[in-house]
Amino acid sequence: MADTGKRILMAKTGLDGHWRGPTIVATALRDAGFEVIMIGMARSDEVLQAAIDEDVDLVGLNIGGHIDVALRAVELVQTECEGMPIFCGGVVPPHAKRRLEALGVEVFPPGSQLPDIVDSARRLTGIA
Amino acid sequence: MTSSTDTLTDMLARAHAGDRRALARVISAIERGERLPGIPLGDAEDAAKLCVGITGAPGAGKSTLVSALTDELLKTSPSAAVLAVDPSSPISRGALLGDRVRMHRHATRPEVFIRSMATRSHHGGLAGATQASRRLLQYCAWPLVLIETVGVGQVELDIVNTADIAVVVLNPGWGDEIQANKAGLMEIADIFVINKADRPGLESTRRDIDAVIMTRPESQRPPVIETVATEGVGMESLAQAITEVHQSLTGTGELARRRYAQLGMELSQQMSRRFSQQLERYADCPAFAAAVAQLAAGSVSIEAAIDEMLPQVVNSVSPSQDESVPSGEQ
Repeated sequence: MADTGKRILMAKTGLDGHWRGPTIVATALRDAGFEVIMIGMARSDEVLQAAIDEDVDLVGLNIGGHIDVALRAVELVQTECEGMPIFCGGVVPPHAKRRLEALGVEVFPPGSQLPDIVDSARRLTGIA
Repeated sequence: MTSSTDTLTDMLARAHAGDRRALARVISAIERGERLPGIPLGDAEDAAKLCVGITGAPGAGKSTLVSALTDELLKTSPSAAVLAVDPSSPISRGALLGDRVRMHRHATRPEVFIRSMATRSHHGGLAGATQASRRLLQYCAWPLVLIETVGVGQVELDIVNTADIAVVVLNPGWGDEIQANKAGLMEIADIFVINKADRPGLESTRRDIDAVIMTRPESQRPPVIETVATEGVGMESLAQAITEVHQSLTGTGELARRRYAQLGMELSQQMSRRFSQQLERYADCPAFAAAVAQLAAGSVSIEAAIDEMLPQVVNSVSPSQDESVPSGEQ
């Protein structure tokens, strides 16, 4: 019934080994009826290739500390996949949050609530 | 009304010409149940195309094996496409598709195409869209396709009706002789792989497999390959076994026979799917409601009601191309 038919890519752009956050978010999205394609730790070109081959409706990036990789991924995906929505979570310092939001990316820093993330996914994939 | 079909036709043409984005989008269209403009299917004799199915229990190491095997096969094949199937939740109908994590080393190789696929309520170890996607890939110049099934038990054996060659992956310590002799998984293997062969229990697993295959005529005994996929150990032997089985199936005419039988199966499945759509539509009409009322009143038997309605279901207005899009899509 929750069947959305929508596909979300989930990638880690940070080098820290923490999987807990993205896994919890991915599970919540699955439970909301999304197909979540996990690709693990990825560079920007790997994020782009997966987004294309998997024909996803939304790209999710988990950020750990440095946001350079995430920024490059955002730029590349926005250039190559016009109109592709992107959201980010993880350890995002306030200045980074502002930079990402200026690029049209929705940002969920630590303390964000799962229902808000799921709502955002629904909105960004056009089902709510 | 025909615009979506036109777009799909355009997209298919672009995919055929090598456009990867178009290819990915056509696969999505297949997953949504949209009707594809025809792809020529008469390839039963085309021995240059090969589809290898990798199946086995959850955690047997299928994804890692597919990744390492892809490396090995690319030594002789110019390209490889992978369809990796994972289960959809029967409750939320969502899915976590994680096979790409283990195929990371192929992430940006232009000669490798990987697509994760959720079963979307299809049973049998594959997605409803897997077979059509396999045909699409081979039509779009990806002659070598590897299909990784969901983790299967003993009876999810769709892979037999989809792939040319079935590789069954087991592990040391798996089951026992009784398990090995049960029907299903053990009967479909063209090749057995004992993955994680560096773990204890290898000898007894090998004995159990041998006990099963020794009862068959010598020419029909599948090779048994030991691998440690995480280290790439045994991949050369596995690729060699695949080549030999492929040659043997081609030589005996068995490959063509299998593909012919698969076409029959596919035709029947697609017809059944189309018929279900017709039936769903018919079930909304007054005649159906009237039949239910008659059943409730005891004035007709269920068999007689079906005999009465069946021709009407079949002959009811056939759905237009656009209506084949499931109602979930706007």
